[in-house]
Amino acid sequence: MEGLTLSEAEQRYYCDLFSYCDTESTKKVASNGRVLELFRAAQLPNDVVMQIMEQCGATRLGYFGRSQFYIALKLVAVAQSGLPLRVESLNTVKDLPLPRFVMTKNEQESRHTALYSSDADNSASYSGVIPPPPGRIQVKKGSVSHDAVQQRTSTDQQESTSPVVSPQQSPPTSPHTWRKHNRHPSGGNNERPLAGPGPFWAPFSEAQPGSSTSSDPIWSGHSPPPHQENWVSFADTPPTSALLAMHPASVQDQTTVRTVASATTTNEIRRQSSSYDDPWKITDEQRQYYVNQFKTIQPDLNGFIPGSAAKEFFTKSKLPILELSHIWELSDFDKDGALTLDEFCAAFHLVVARKNGYDLPQKLPESLMPKLIDLEDSTEVGEQTGEVGYSSSPAEAPPSKSPSMPSLNQTWPELNQSSEQWETFSERSSSSQTLTQFDSNIAPADPDTAIVHPVPIRMTPSKIHMQEMELKRTGSDHANPTSPLLVKPPELPEENKMSSSVKFTPGNTVTDGYSSSDSYTSDPEQIGGTVTRQRSHSGTSPDNTAPPPPPPRPHPSHSRSSSLDMNRSFSVTPGQQQAGVVAYPPAVPPRPQPSQGAGPHVHRPVDAEGLIAHTSTSPQQIPEQPNFADFSQFEAFAVSGVNKEEDDEIETHSEVLQGKGTTPLAPPPKPIRRRLKSEDELRPEAEEHTQKTGVIAAVLASQPSIPRSVGKDKKAIQASIRRNKETNTVLARLNSELQQQLKDVLEERISLEVQLEQLRPFSHL
Amino acid sequence: MAVCIAVIAKENYPLYIRSVPTENELKFHYTVHTSLDVVDEKISAMGKALVDQRELYLGLLYPTEDYKVYGYVTNSRVKFVMVVDSSNTALRDNEIRSMFRKLHNSYTDIMCNPFYNPGDRIHSRAFDNMVNSMMMQVC
Repeated sequence: MEGLTLSEAEQRYYCDLFSYCDTESTKKVASNGRVLELFRAAQLPNDVVMQIMEQCGATRLGYFGRSQFYIALKLVAVAQSGLPLRVESLNTVKDLPLPRFVMTKNEQESRHTALYSSDADNSASYSGVIPPPPGRIQVKKGSVSHDAVQQRTSTDQQESTSPVVSPQQSPPTSPHTWRKHNRHPSGGNNERPLAGPGPFWAPFSEAQPGSSTSSDPIWSGHSPPPHQENWVSFADTPPTSALLAMHPASVQDQTTVRTVASATTTNEIRRQSSSYDDPWKITDEQRQYYVNQFKTIQPDLNGFIPGSAAKEFFTKSKLPILELSHIWELSDFDKDGALTLDEFCAAFHLVVARKNGYDLPQKLPESLMPKLIDLEDSTEVGEQTGEVGYSSSPAEAPPSKSPSMPSLNQTWPELNQSSEQWETFSERSSSSQTLTQFDSNIAPADPDTAIVHPVPIRMTPSKIHMQEMELKRTGSDHANPTSPLLVKPPELPEENKMSSSVKFTPGNTVTDGYSSSDSYTSDPEQIGGTVTRQRSHSGTSPDNTAPPPPPPRPHPSHSRSSSLDMNRSFSVTPGQQQAGVVAYPPAVPPRPQPSQGAGPHVHRPVDAEGLIAHTSTSPQQIPEQPNFADFSQFEAFAVSGVNKEEDDEIETHSEVLQGKGTTPLAPPPKPIRRRLKSEDELRPEAEEHTQKTGVIAAVLASQPSIPRSVGKDKKAIQASIRRNKETNTVLARLNSELQQQLKDVLEERISLEVQLEQLRPFSHL
Repeated sequence: MAVCIAVIAKENYPLYIRSVPTENELKFHYTVHTSLDVVDEKISAMGKALVDQRELYLGLLYPTEDYKVYGYVTNSRVKFVMVVDSSNTALRDNEIRSMFRKLHNSYTDIMCNPFYNPGDRIHSRAFDNMVNSMMMQVC
């Protein structure tokens, strides 16, 4: 752009004009609307104006900078003076008169007020403005078109004013019809609007043949042309919409709109055209119309229209689904799948706009953002008011909007960064998501198992212990064996006892986690007494506990056979409950004290009865002592002692036992016999036992002979001591073997119990 | 920044696929297609009873020497697959998760649109914008 030299007058004039056009007070860019008005006011043909625009570079830049403005003005002057438009002529032509503009100041002011007044005011102002000569109207139209051109340096250099502009050409009629329409309630009444526009639509169509190019440029504006009051003025005119509807032929651009004669569409069109303060502003009438439409779907103005209903409604507008989808995306502000009144109005507005061929914006225009101001508020006064209304909306408490609104309200001030807001919101939701995921419950470890631990059961549980166990057993009559454990927190050793006892007591419930093996510390009789003995089973606890002490020697009422049966049943069916009853290692005779043993040994020959009596009492005193061998020893001893007198064989115990029956010592030694017998049954290796006993018997047999000689007491004692030691070792070995056997059997029992539990149907799952 | 983002329907057809414009874009399509097997494998590995507890983010599906593939599946078996350049080492797992979360949110927004029929291809501009923001900016 070459330099422009202006005379002083020109300078001043241009400056004034620039400031006039500089409605936004930017001091740099003349508002395009005003500029175009100005150019129109210059009463130049359109093409000339276009040329001027091009040459001044505004079309390139898209706006009127001061220099461009000045150049343009100069060119206007050049054109008005009839000179060909040349950029070169700017500087060469001297004494150019100042460009003449038809607009008068007062008109400009009235227009100025019209710019920012409400629609109602607009109507009033326009009523005053419109009667002026058509040239003014032409200015408006032209400016609008130039707006379009400037906005998009695209094709149509013609007056791309949409047909909606045209009706203004006939001033006399348009205000009337337009006013008539203004008062017209937006009740979807199409007839009246249709009637009016007839007369002056025709002139428009003739006058603006080339105006068919869609007002797309205007609509697609990202920067809505501020010169929208034109649109506002006749936007409300039903004639325009009706004309649009009725005269498809005259308008070549708007395709679907013209052909559609449905009531909704005409109303929409009528409404849509009035959206131009910013291009998306909804006028009062439009809003009223939208509200009424909303009411037809959803009587409650504070309620929602569900998505499906909205879909049906908007599908009626015959827009392609893709566009409807996009409109929905834009208008459903809170993304809840339903439309509030505001959202609905925005959507409706967009549909109307689209129907008129205007491209949908990428983002929801501000004026269409859902506002929370009073719906019936008709004082929408333009952009600023709209903005105010918008900005105040977040401050207001949302009406009966969805619960998500309060959170969204806070996001409204930063609508442009909606993505971030969504991010926060979504993060919230995602956190809740994670919360739900977090909810997974892992079943807590079985408390029983936690408590279960290998508790070495005392090898020699005292009677006290036995009594405790009985108490526990009676006390724990519920499935959970841990409760007694938990309820009574005794000291640790007692706990061990308890655990062992409780382990013993748990019965057939499934949830027991106790080992079944370790708890044979109670009397078999007592256990047999409890009908529902809880069995503990946990395969995890090692059976390294000592075998449960044998029950006290059964009373004399026990027959041999019964004890045999017990043993047999135990060995055969260790896993059954019955076995549990009997699954005590058959009564292991309590270990008589070695001293005790030794004593009687010594005094055996002297006082066999005493010995036997002693031995018989000893088991009763210490019922849990497993010591078969001793008794066998004693038995053998007794037997030997007896047999010695009777010359019985000692190899077979049965013989011994049977033989015992005949001796006068039979009754006392019966317990011994029984113990021996049970011991036999328990130990499959009877031979070894017999061997041992034989050895012992032999040893014992040899003993009596020794102490007889008083003179060899010491020797005898020493020998007996030696022998006792030998027997001790033998017995200890025997004991360990027996214990090993017991362990094996108990393990077997546990495994069988586990299998049983597995097979048993789960009742509590 | 992803190189390719795809949304796969439950029946394993693509609802949306967008990749950085390079030559041989089909390579990305192929990658996404093969990654579906891994996705299915990961889903089935979770077990039938744990649908609720199944993590939506599947993590790295498989790496190749050029890029890594991440997966995410929703409760309605809609899968999001993202191909990321391997050289982009700055991209951490958290970022990938947040990207998937955004994708998921945008997808639910699309779902809320009554004009969208589930199973249709996705033509939403908002979704496009969001995806564009995630894609690598090819200068």
